[in-house]
Amino acid sequence: MDREGVPAALITTLISVAKNVGANRIVPGTGVPHVTGNPDLGPEGERALRAALVERALTALTTPLEEQRVF
Amino acid sequence: MAAPYRVVHYLNPFFFGLGGEEKASIEPTAKAGPFGPGRPLQEALGGEAEIVKTVTCGDNFFAERAEEASDRLLDLIEESRPHLLLAGPAFDAGRYGLACGHLCRKAGATLNIPAITALAPGNPGIEHSKDVYILSTSNSVRGMNPALQDMARLGLKLMRGEPLHSAREEGYLPRGFRKNFRVEKRGADRALDMLLAKVRGRAFETELILPKFDGVPPAPPVKDLESAKIALVTTEGLVPKGNPDRMDSTRADRYAKYRIEDLDALDASAFEFHHGGFSTADVNNDPHRAVPLDVLREMEREGRIGKLFGDIYSFAGCSTYYETAAGMGREIARELKGRGVNAVLILSS
Repeated sequence: MDREGVPAALITTLISVAKNVGANRIVPGTGVPHVTGNPDLGPEGERALRAALVERALTALTTPLEEQRVF
Repeated sequence: MAAPYRVVHYLNPFFFGLGGEEKASIEPTAKAGPFGPGRPLQEALGGEAEIVKTVTCGDNFFAERAEEASDRLLDLIEESRPHLLLAGPAFDAGRYGLACGHLCRKAGATLNIPAITALAPGNPGIEHSKDVYILSTSNSVRGMNPALQDMARLGLKLMRGEPLHSAREEGYLPRGFRKNFRVEKRGADRALDMLLAKVRGRAFETELILPKFDGVPPAPPVKDLESAKIALVTTEGLVPKGNPDRMDSTRADRYAKYRIEDLDALDASAFEFHHGGFSTADVNNDPHRAVPLDVLREMEREGRIGKLFGDIYSFAGCSTYYETAAGMGREIARELKGRGVNAVLILSS
């Protein structure tokens, strides 16, 4: 995406892999089996968690960068 | 006769015999002696070395808490005062390979013992190749026997303190060290041979491997979120229930596009996840745990973002060949750029 000039934010739990493959805008997720959720939280908690993660991704998309960053 | 060298073996719960994905979150644990592939490994080591302990940890536990996992594992390993740590073989299992690489690197740094793991060429764990002896394996467990033989052979050499040949000869990934040694032919002659081979279209082997930098400069940020068109891509293997397009759960070589234009949410009755690399139970129960469409639609309604692109791109990113993934990425990127997408959100596990 970056090569085409389109900013991309990657939400993932495996940060080292993200860095290694050259992802520039990285947002840590909450667990491999549920990257944008957490079954222990209950539906409202999960929803809030999810909104926070997406917000962080939007921040990543609107932040100018020179190099890889974990948000 | 001298006492045998002491070896500790790291396996993930699946190879240890404790279970599959449902054990992916188990804490670091140890048991005396060899288990699973450790048994044929012990045979390969013979009487000269003894696997005194096998340690394990869930692949997700390690992926999510690598420092804590390795600290606790190292405590368990250190108790046995081993001369060597063997991890895996992990073949193409990504989380397992990363754990092996990370653990071996920490063992070398903190316990000052040699550490060997064995991974397939595409395994993300090879990022540790500078600090760890990483033997090359086949992609699948069919290569278990040769991998174990290689691990035993290299392990014994290291424990005995025998000099090693080049990485290529010993079978492990180059670690970036250069050892000088004399050869018969002068450098000028060797260079000329190489040039002639290249010009004639014959195979030749470089003596110096230059590092490849694959980083891409970050694209400029989105200027105006409120009018932005945002596309979603997922590598978690999202499919309509029943997987009508028969998408692969591992080694995918194609991706799918699914219409989300008229959807406010991803219903568990209409969608599921088909992915060989993690337990999809949680995301099958609530797909928003992988693809946050609910939150994004709300943001769209509130005007926080402009519009979500009508299709979601999806495949299962499990043991995907690097070249294949790169090719799919290029195609998707071009298509999205052509359709006026301003930004992309990629959801991966």
